[in-house]
Amino acid sequence: MADTMQFDLVAPERRVASEKATSVVIPGFEGDLTAMPQHAPLITTLRPGLLEVFTESGSQKYIVTGGFAEITADAATVLAERSHPVEEVTQDMIDEMVAEARAAARDAHPDVVDAAARMLADMVAMGTHIGFEPQT
Amino acid sequence: MPSLKDLKNRIASVKSTRKITKAMQMVAAAKLRRAQEAAENARPYAAQMEKVMSGLAASATGAANAPKLLVGTGADKVHLLVVMTAERGLCGGFNSSIVRLARHKAQDLIAEGKTVKILTVGRKGREQLKRDFADHFVGHVDLSEVKRIRYGNARDISQDIIARFEKGEFDVATIFFSRFKSVISQEPTAQQIIPAVFDEPEDSSTMYDYEPTEGEIMAELLPRGVATQIFAALLENGASEQGARMSAMDNATRNAGDMIDRLNLEYNRSRQAAITKELIEIISGAEAL
Repeated sequence: MADTMQFDLVAPERRVASEKATSVVIPGFEGDLTAMPQHAPLITTLRPGLLEVFTESGSQKYIVTGGFAEITADAATVLAERSHPVEEVTQDMIDEMVAEARAAARDAHPDVVDAAARMLADMVAMGTHIGFEPQT
Repeated sequence: MPSLKDLKNRIASVKSTRKITKAMQMVAAAKLRRAQEAAENARPYAAQMEKVMSGLAASATGAANAPKLLVGTGADKVHLLVVMTAERGLCGGFNSSIVRLARHKAQDLIAEGKTVKILTVGRKGREQLKRDFADHFVGHVDLSEVKRIRYGNARDISQDIIARFEKGEFDVATIFFSRFKSVISQEPTAQQIIPAVFDEPEDSSTMYDYEPTEGEIMAELLPRGVATQIFAALLENGASEQGARMSAMDNATRNAGDMIDRLNLEYNRSRQAAITKELIEIISGAEAL
Protein backbone atom coordinates (compact mmCIF):
# COMPACT_ATOMS: atom_id res chain seq x y z
CA MET A 1 0.00 0.00 0.00
CA ALA A 2 1.33 3.33 -1.04
CA ASP A 3 1.87 5.65 1.88
CA THR A 4 1.76 8.89 -0.05
CA MET A 5 -0.58 10.33 -2.60
CA GLN A 6 -0.44 13.13 -5.10
CA PHE A 7 -1.87 16.31 -3.66
CA ASP A 8 -2.76 19.27 -5.85
CA LEU A 9 -4.20 22.55 -4.70
CA VAL A 10 -5.21 24.73 -7.61
CA ALA A 11 -6.85 28.13 -7.76
CA PRO A 12 -8.13 29.65 -11.00
CA GLU A 13 -5.12 31.90 -11.26
CA ARG A 14 -2.34 29.53 -10.31
CA ARG A 15 -1.36 26.15 -8.99
CA VAL A 16 -0.83 26.79 -5.30
CA ALA A 17 0.70 23.48 -4.33
CA SER A 18 1.56 20.16 -5.86
CA GLU A 19 3.33 17.57 -3.77
CA LYS A 20 3.38 14.08 -2.33
CA ALA A 21 1.29 14.06 0.82
CA THR A 22 0.74 11.48 3.51
CA SER A 23 -2.58 12.99 4.52
CA VAL A 24 -4.64 16.08 3.88
CA VAL A 25 -7.21 17.68 6.15
CA ILE A 26 -9.90 19.20 3.98
CA PRO A 27 -12.64 21.56 5.19
CA GLY A 28 -15.51 19.69 3.59
CA PHE A 29 -19.02 21.01 3.33
CA GLU A 30 -20.27 18.78 6.09
CA GLY A 31 -17.23 19.03 8.30
CA ASP A 32 -13.50 18.54 8.15
CA LEU A 33 -12.33 15.31 6.68
CA THR A 34 -8.93 13.75 6.38
CA ALA A 35 -7.94 12.22 3.08
CA MET A 36 -5.30 9.53 3.22
CA PRO A 37 -4.02 7.17 0.56
CA GLN A 38 -6.59 4.52 -0.38
CA HIS A 39 -9.45 6.80 0.54
CA ALA A 40 -12.71 5.89 -1.19
CA PRO A 41 -13.38 8.08 -4.22
CA LEU A 42 -15.20 11.18 -3.04
CA ILE A 43 -16.21 14.53 -4.39
CA THR A 44 -17.14 17.18 -1.89
CA THR A 45 -17.68 20.90 -1.91
CA LEU A 46 -15.64 23.06 0.41
CA ARG A 47 -16.57 25.56 3.03
CA PRO A 48 -14.17 28.43 3.77
CA GLY A 49 -11.59 27.15 6.17
CA LEU A 50 -8.13 25.82 6.74
CA LEU A 51 -6.64 23.04 4.76
CA GLU A 52 -3.62 21.25 6.15
CA VAL A 53 -1.28 19.06 4.18
CA PHE A 54 1.04 16.59 5.86
CA THR A 55 4.05 15.47 3.91
CA GLU A 56 6.96 13.35 5.00
CA SER A 57 8.93 16.50 5.74
CA GLY A 58 6.31 18.42 7.65
CA SER A 59 3.02 20.14 7.27
CA GLN A 60 1.68 23.26 5.63
CA LYS A 61 -1.57 25.11 6.17
CA TYR A 62 -3.55 26.92 3.50
CA ILE A 63 -6.70 28.91 3.62
CA VAL A 64 -9.30 28.00 1.02
CA THR A 65 -12.63 29.55 0.18
CA GLY A 66 -15.29 27.83 -1.85
CA GLY A 67 -14.66 25.19 -4.44
CA PHE A 68 -14.51 21.45 -4.27
CA ALA A 69 -12.19 18.53 -3.70
CA GLU A 70 -11.83 15.32 -5.61
CA ILE A 71 -10.34 12.46 -3.67
CA THR A 72 -9.32 9.17 -5.18
CA ALA A 73 -7.23 6.30 -3.87
CA ASP A 74 -3.94 7.82 -4.98
CA ALA A 75 -4.65 11.53 -5.36
CA ALA A 76 -6.39 14.45 -3.72
CA THR A 77 -7.15 17.45 -5.87
CA VAL A 78 -8.57 20.59 -4.35
CA LEU A 79 -10.02 23.27 -6.57
CA ALA A 80 -10.49 26.38 -4.52
CA GLU A 81 -11.83 29.69 -5.65
CA ARG A 82 -9.19 31.42 -3.56
CA SER A 83 -6.29 29.85 -1.79
CA HIS A 84 -3.14 31.08 -0.12
CA PRO A 85 -0.54 29.62 2.22
CA VAL A 86 -1.37 30.82 5.70
CA GLU A 87 1.87 32.80 5.90
CA GLU A 88 0.81 34.97 2.99
CA VAL A 89 -2.55 35.90 4.44
CA THR A 90 -2.90 39.47 5.63
CA GLN A 91 -5.55 41.25 7.62
CA ASP A 92 -6.59 43.10 4.45
CA MET A 93 -7.26 39.85 2.63
CA ILE A 94 -9.42 38.55 5.44
CA ASP A 95 -11.29 41.83 5.63
CA GLU A 96 -11.90 41.75 1.90
CA MET A 97 -13.17 38.18 1.96
CA VAL A 98 -15.39 38.79 4.97
CA ALA A 99 -16.77 41.94 3.38
CA GLU A 100 -17.51 40.01 0.21
CA ALA A 101 -19.27 37.25 2.14
CA ARG A 102 -21.19 39.82 4.15
CA ALA A 103 -22.39 41.54 0.99
CA ALA A 104 -23.37 38.17 -0.45
CA ALA A 105 -25.29 37.33 2.72
CA ARG A 106 -27.09 40.65 2.61
CA ASP A 107 -28.10 40.36 -1.04
CA ALA A 108 -28.78 36.66 -0.87
CA HIS A 109 -31.89 35.23 -2.39
CA PRO A 110 -34.30 33.99 0.35
CA ASP A 111 -33.66 30.40 -0.76
CA VAL A 112 -29.95 30.61 -0.15
CA VAL A 113 -29.81 33.03 2.74
CA ASP A 114 -28.91 30.23 5.15
CA ALA A 115 -26.07 29.11 2.94
CA ALA A 116 -24.76 32.65 2.63
CA ALA A 117 -24.96 33.24 6.38
CA ARG A 118 -23.17 29.99 6.99
CA MET A 119 -20.50 30.98 4.51
CA LEU A 120 -20.04 34.30 6.30
CA ALA A 121 -19.74 32.58 9.67
CA ASP A 122 -17.20 30.14 8.27
CA MET A 123 -15.24 32.98 6.75
CA VAL A 124 -15.11 34.87 10.06
CA ALA A 125 -14.17 31.70 11.92
CA MET A 126 -11.37 31.04 9.49
CA GLY A 127 -9.95 34.52 10.04
CA THR A 128 -10.14 34.24 13.81
CA HIS A 129 -8.58 30.83 13.68
CA ILE A 130 -5.35 32.10 12.20
CA GLY A 131 -5.20 35.17 14.38
CA PHE A 132 -6.94 37.91 12.49
CA GLU A 133 -9.70 39.96 14.04
CA PRO A 134 -12.49 40.36 11.51
CA GLN A 135 -13.81 43.91 11.54
CA THR A 136 -17.43 44.32 12.34
CA MET B 1 8.31 67.26 -56.70
CA PRO B 2 8.77 67.71 -52.94
CA SER B 3 11.52 70.07 -51.89
CA LEU B 4 14.54 68.90 -49.93
CA LYS B 5 13.09 70.41 -46.79
CA ASP B 6 9.84 68.49 -47.21
CA LEU B 7 11.68 65.23 -47.66
CA LYS B 8 13.80 65.85 -44.61
CA ASN B 9 10.71 66.50 -42.49
CA ARG B 10 9.05 63.42 -43.85
CA ILE B 11 12.03 61.24 -43.00
CA ALA B 12 12.16 62.64 -39.47
CA SER B 13 8.47 61.92 -38.93
CA VAL B 14 8.64 58.36 -40.24
CA LYS B 15 11.67 57.78 -38.05
CA SER B 16 9.78 58.81 -34.93
CA THR B 17 6.83 56.65 -35.96
CA ARG B 18 9.20 53.73 -36.23
CA LYS B 19 10.47 54.42 -32.73
CA ILE B 20 6.92 54.35 -31.40
CA THR B 21 5.96 51.12 -33.13
CA LYS B 22 9.20 49.53 -32.01
CA ALA B 23 8.48 50.52 -28.42
CA MET B 24 4.93 49.22 -28.66
CA GLN B 25 6.21 45.95 -30.01
CA MET B 26 8.55 45.53 -27.10
CA VAL B 27 5.88 46.42 -24.57
CA ALA B 28 3.56 43.90 -26.22
CA ALA B 29 6.27 41.26 -26.07
CA ALA B 30 6.73 41.78 -22.35
CA LYS B 31 2.99 41.77 -21.72
CA LEU B 32 2.58 38.71 -23.89
CA ARG B 33 4.94 36.75 -21.72
CA ARG B 34 2.94 37.64 -18.64
CA ALA B 35 -0.38 36.95 -20.35
CA GLN B 36 0.84 33.59 -21.58
CA GLU B 37 2.00 32.69 -18.11
CA ALA B 38 -1.38 33.63 -16.66
CA ALA B 39 -3.14 31.53 -19.28
CA GLU B 40 -0.92 28.57 -18.51
CA ASN B 41 -1.38 28.94 -14.76
CA ALA B 42 -5.12 28.82 -15.21
CA ARG B 43 -5.05 25.63 -17.22
CA PRO B 44 -4.80 23.00 -14.44
CA TYR B 45 -7.88 24.44 -12.73
CA ALA B 46 -9.90 24.56 -15.92
CA ALA B 47 -8.85 21.06 -16.92
CA GLN B 48 -9.71 19.58 -13.54
CA MET B 49 -13.00 21.42 -13.46
CA GLU B 50 -13.90 20.13 -16.88
CA LYS B 51 -13.03 16.58 -15.87
CA VAL B 52 -15.15 16.54 -12.74
CA MET B 53 -18.03 18.34 -14.40
CA SER B 54 -18.20 16.04 -17.37
CA GLY B 55 -18.30 13.07 -15.00
CA LEU B 56 -21.12 14.66 -13.06
CA ALA B 57 -22.91 15.82 -16.17
CA ALA B 58 -23.04 12.33 -17.60
CA SER B 59 -24.94 11.06 -14.59
CA ALA B 60 -27.08 14.15 -14.00
CA THR B 61 -28.33 14.77 -17.53
CA GLY B 62 -30.87 11.99 -17.40
CA ALA B 63 -32.35 13.12 -14.10
CA ALA B 64 -35.78 14.71 -14.18
CA ASN B 65 -34.78 17.78 -12.21
CA ALA B 66 -31.46 18.30 -13.94
CA PRO B 67 -30.28 21.90 -13.53
CA LYS B 68 -31.18 24.20 -16.39
CA LEU B 69 -27.63 25.45 -16.75
CA LEU B 70 -26.76 21.92 -17.81
CA VAL B 71 -29.67 20.84 -19.98
CA GLY B 72 -30.90 24.24 -21.14
CA THR B 73 -34.40 25.64 -21.10
CA GLY B 74 -35.57 23.20 -23.72
CA ALA B 75 -35.99 26.06 -26.17
CA ASP B 76 -33.59 27.38 -28.74
CA LYS B 77 -35.17 30.72 -29.44
CA VAL B 78 -33.13 33.47 -27.88
CA HIS B 79 -29.37 33.46 -28.24
CA LEU B 80 -26.99 35.53 -26.18
CA LEU B 81 -23.70 36.26 -27.88
CA VAL B 82 -20.94 37.35 -25.55
CA VAL B 83 -18.36 39.06 -27.70
CA MET B 84 -15.01 39.49 -26.00
CA THR B 85 -12.56 41.86 -27.60
CA ALA B 86 -9.77 44.16 -26.54
CA GLU B 87 -10.10 47.58 -25.03
CA ARG B 88 -7.50 48.99 -27.36
CA GLY B 89 -6.75 48.89 -31.05
CA LEU B 90 -3.48 48.77 -32.97
CA CYS B 91 -3.36 45.02 -32.80
CA GLY B 92 -3.81 43.96 -36.39
CA GLY B 93 -6.90 41.97 -37.25
CA PHE B 94 -7.42 40.77 -33.70
CA ASN B 95 -10.65 42.61 -32.90
CA SER B 96 -12.03 42.48 -36.43
CA SER B 97 -11.67 38.73 -36.72
CA ILE B 98 -13.59 38.10 -33.50
CA VAL B 99 -16.25 40.57 -34.54
CA ARG B 100 -16.49 39.01 -37.99
CA LEU B 101 -17.13 35.58 -36.49
CA ALA B 102 -19.76 36.97 -34.13
CA ARG B 103 -21.39 38.95 -36.91
CA HIS B 104 -21.72 35.89 -39.15
CA LYS B 105 -23.20 33.91 -36.30
CA ALA B 106 -25.65 36.70 -35.50
CA GLN B 107 -26.70 37.02 -39.13
CA ASP B 108 -27.21 33.26 -39.42
CA LEU B 109 -29.31 33.19 -36.27
CA ILE B 110 -31.42 36.14 -37.39
CA ALA B 111 -31.91 34.50 -40.78
CA GLU B 112 -33.21 31.44 -38.95
CA GLY B 113 -35.75 33.64 -37.22
CA LYS B 114 -34.09 33.51 -33.82
CA THR B 115 -33.71 36.42 -31.45
CA VAL B 116 -30.18 37.59 -30.90
CA LYS B 117 -28.93 39.49 -27.87
CA ILE B 118 -25.40 40.74 -27.63
CA LEU B 119 -23.29 41.36 -24.56
CA THR B 120 -19.98 42.98 -25.32
CA VAL B 121 -16.84 42.73 -23.27
CA GLY B 122 -14.23 45.23 -24.37
CA ARG B 123 -14.74 48.54 -26.08
CA LYS B 124 -13.49 47.68 -29.56
CA GLY B 125 -16.02 44.97 -30.25
CA ARG B 126 -18.85 47.20 -29.18
CA GLU B 127 -17.73 49.97 -31.52
CA GLN B 128 -17.50 47.63 -34.46
CA LEU B 129 -20.83 45.92 -33.84
CA LYS B 130 -22.69 49.13 -33.14
CA ARG B 131 -23.42 49.87 -36.77
CA ASP B 132 -25.32 46.69 -37.55
CA PHE B 133 -26.48 45.39 -34.21
CA ALA B 134 -26.99 48.35 -31.89
CA ASP B 135 -30.60 47.25 -31.28
CA HIS B 136 -29.43 43.87 -30.05
CA PHE B 137 -27.12 45.13 -27.33
CA VAL B 138 -28.19 44.14 -23.85
CA GLY B 139 -25.11 45.10 -21.94
CA HIS B 140 -21.46 45.93 -21.89
CA VAL B 141 -18.62 45.04 -19.59
CA ASP B 142 -15.89 47.61 -19.35
CA LEU B 143 -12.48 46.20 -18.57
CA SER B 144 -10.46 49.27 -19.54
CA GLU B 145 -9.57 49.95 -15.91
CA VAL B 146 -8.43 46.39 -15.37
CA LYS B 147 -4.69 45.96 -15.71
CA ARG B 148 -4.55 42.29 -14.94
CA ILE B 149 -7.49 40.00 -15.46
CA ARG B 150 -8.41 38.35 -12.18
CA TYR B 151 -10.78 35.52 -11.55
CA GLY B 152 -13.08 38.05 -9.89
CA ASN B 153 -13.64 39.80 -13.23
CA ALA B 154 -14.71 36.56 -14.83
CA ARG B 155 -16.93 35.73 -11.88
CA ASP B 156 -18.72 39.08 -12.14
CA ILE B 157 -19.37 38.56 -15.83
CA SER B 158 -20.62 35.03 -15.30
CA GLN B 159 -22.89 36.11 -12.43
CA ASP B 160 -24.38 38.73 -14.71
CA ILE B 161 -24.94 36.15 -17.45
CA ILE B 162 -26.41 33.57 -15.09
CA ALA B 163 -28.74 36.14 -13.54
CA ARG B 164 -30.03 36.96 -17.02
CA PHE B 165 -30.41 33.27 -17.75
CA GLU B 166 -32.43 32.70 -14.60
CA LYS B 167 -34.70 35.57 -15.51
CA GLY B 168 -35.32 33.72 -18.76
CA GLU B 169 -33.73 36.37 -20.97
CA PHE B 170 -32.11 33.83 -23.25
CA ASP B 171 -31.86 30.10 -23.99
CA VAL B 172 -28.37 29.64 -25.33
CA ALA B 173 -25.20 31.59 -24.56
CA THR B 174 -22.09 31.53 -26.69
CA ILE B 175 -18.82 33.31 -26.01
CA PHE B 176 -16.62 34.67 -28.77
CA PHE B 177 -12.95 35.09 -28.15
CA SER B 178 -9.61 34.44 -29.76
CA ARG B 179 -7.72 31.29 -28.86
CA PHE B 180 -4.00 31.81 -28.57
CA LYS B 181 -2.10 29.35 -30.73
CA SER B 182 1.14 31.18 -31.27
CA VAL B 183 2.43 34.71 -31.64
CA ILE B 184 1.59 34.73 -35.32
CA SER B 185 -1.61 32.75 -35.15
CA GLN B 186 -4.71 33.41 -33.11
CA GLU B 187 -7.91 31.63 -33.82
CA PRO B 188 -11.27 33.32 -33.32
CA THR B 189 -13.44 30.81 -31.50
CA ALA B 190 -17.09 30.48 -30.60
CA GLN B 191 -17.83 28.37 -27.54
CA GLN B 192 -21.22 27.56 -26.14
CA ILE B 193 -21.31 27.95 -22.37
CA ILE B 194 -25.03 27.66 -21.55
CA PRO B 195 -26.29 25.00 -21.66
CA ALA B 196 -22.96 23.44 -20.83
CA VAL B 197 -21.34 21.19 -23.41
CA PHE B 198 -18.93 18.48 -22.42
CA ASP B 199 -16.81 15.98 -24.17
CA GLU B 200 -17.70 12.45 -23.32
CA PRO B 201 -15.75 11.49 -20.21
CA GLU B 202 -13.00 9.05 -21.04
CA ASP B 203 -13.53 6.78 -18.13
CA SER B 204 -16.55 6.94 -15.93
CA SER B 205 -15.59 3.75 -14.20
CA THR B 206 -14.71 5.42 -10.89
CA MET B 207 -17.74 5.57 -8.67
CA TYR B 208 -17.56 8.62 -6.49
CA ASP B 209 -19.28 9.32 -3.24
CA TYR B 210 -20.77 12.77 -3.18
CA GLU B 211 -20.93 15.08 -0.22
CA PRO B 212 -23.43 16.75 -0.03
CA THR B 213 -25.59 15.22 -2.76
CA GLU B 214 -24.74 15.00 -6.41
CA GLY B 215 -27.44 17.51 -7.27
CA GLU B 216 -26.20 20.09 -4.80
CA ILE B 217 -22.65 19.74 -5.99
CA MET B 218 -23.83 20.14 -9.55
CA ALA B 219 -25.79 23.26 -8.64
CA GLU B 220 -22.72 24.74 -7.04
CA LEU B 221 -20.30 23.69 -9.73
CA LEU B 222 -22.20 24.78 -12.83
CA PRO B 223 -21.96 28.53 -12.17
CA ARG B 224 -18.33 28.02 -11.27
CA GLY B 225 -17.82 26.15 -14.53
CA VAL B 226 -19.26 29.08 -16.47
CA ALA B 227 -16.97 31.47 -14.62
CA THR B 228 -13.99 29.23 -15.29
CA GLN B 229 -14.71 29.08 -19.00
CA ILE B 230 -15.08 32.84 -19.16
CA PHE B 231 -11.89 33.30 -17.17
CA ALA B 232 -9.99 30.98 -19.50
CA ALA B 233 -11.43 32.82 -22.51
CA LEU B 234 -10.43 36.20 -21.10
CA LEU B 235 -6.90 35.01 -20.52
CA GLU B 236 -6.62 33.43 -23.97
CA ASN B 237 -7.93 36.68 -25.36
CA GLY B 238 -5.37 38.66 -23.40
CA ALA B 239 -2.50 36.58 -24.73
CA SER B 240 -3.90 36.70 -28.26
CA GLU B 241 -4.28 40.46 -28.13
CA GLN B 242 -0.67 40.96 -27.13
CA GLY B 243 0.51 38.43 -29.70
CA ALA B 244 -1.48 40.14 -32.44
CA ARG B 245 -0.25 43.54 -31.38
CA MET B 246 3.30 42.32 -31.31
CA SER B 247 3.24 41.01 -34.86
CA ALA B 248 1.28 44.04 -36.11
CA MET B 249 3.83 46.37 -34.60
CA ASP B 250 6.67 44.26 -35.96
CA ASN B 251 5.23 44.70 -39.44
CA ALA B 252 4.74 48.40 -38.88
CA THR B 253 8.34 48.80 -37.75
CA ARG B 254 9.58 46.95 -40.79
CA ASN B 255 7.40 49.01 -43.14
CA ALA B 256 8.63 52.21 -41.56
CA GLY B 257 12.21 51.04 -42.15
CA ASP B 258 11.50 50.38 -45.83
CA MET B 259 9.86 53.75 -46.16
CA ILE B 260 12.84 55.52 -44.61
CA ASP B 261 15.16 53.77 -47.06
CA ARG B 262 13.04 54.89 -50.02
CA LEU B 263 12.78 58.44 -48.75
CA ASN B 264 16.52 58.60 -48.11
CA LEU B 265 17.19 57.49 -51.67
CA GLU B 266 14.84 60.12 -53.03
CA TYR B 267 16.36 62.77 -50.79
CA ASN B 268 19.93 61.96 -51.93
CA ARG B 269 18.87 61.89 -55.57
CA SER B 270 17.22 65.32 -55.41
CA ARG B 271 20.16 66.72 -53.52
CA GLN B 272 22.55 65.39 -56.16
CA ALA B 273 20.30 66.77 -58.90
CA ALA B 274 20.36 70.19 -57.28
CA ILE B 275 24.18 70.15 -57.01
CA THR B 276 24.53 69.07 -60.64
CA LYS B 277 22.16 71.79 -61.73
CA GLU B 278 24.16 74.45 -59.87
CA LEU B 279 27.43 73.19 -61.36
CA ILE B 280 26.00 73.35 -64.87
CA GLU B 281 24.86 76.88 -64.22
CA ILE B 282 28.31 77.93 -62.95
CA ILE B 283 30.13 76.25 -65.86
CA SER B 284 27.84 77.65 -68.54
CA GLY B 285 28.10 81.07 -66.86
CA ALA B 286 31.89 80.85 -66.99
CA GLU B 287 31.84 79.76 -70.65
CA ALA B 288 29.67 82.69 -71.62
CA LEU B 289 32.29 85.20 -70.45
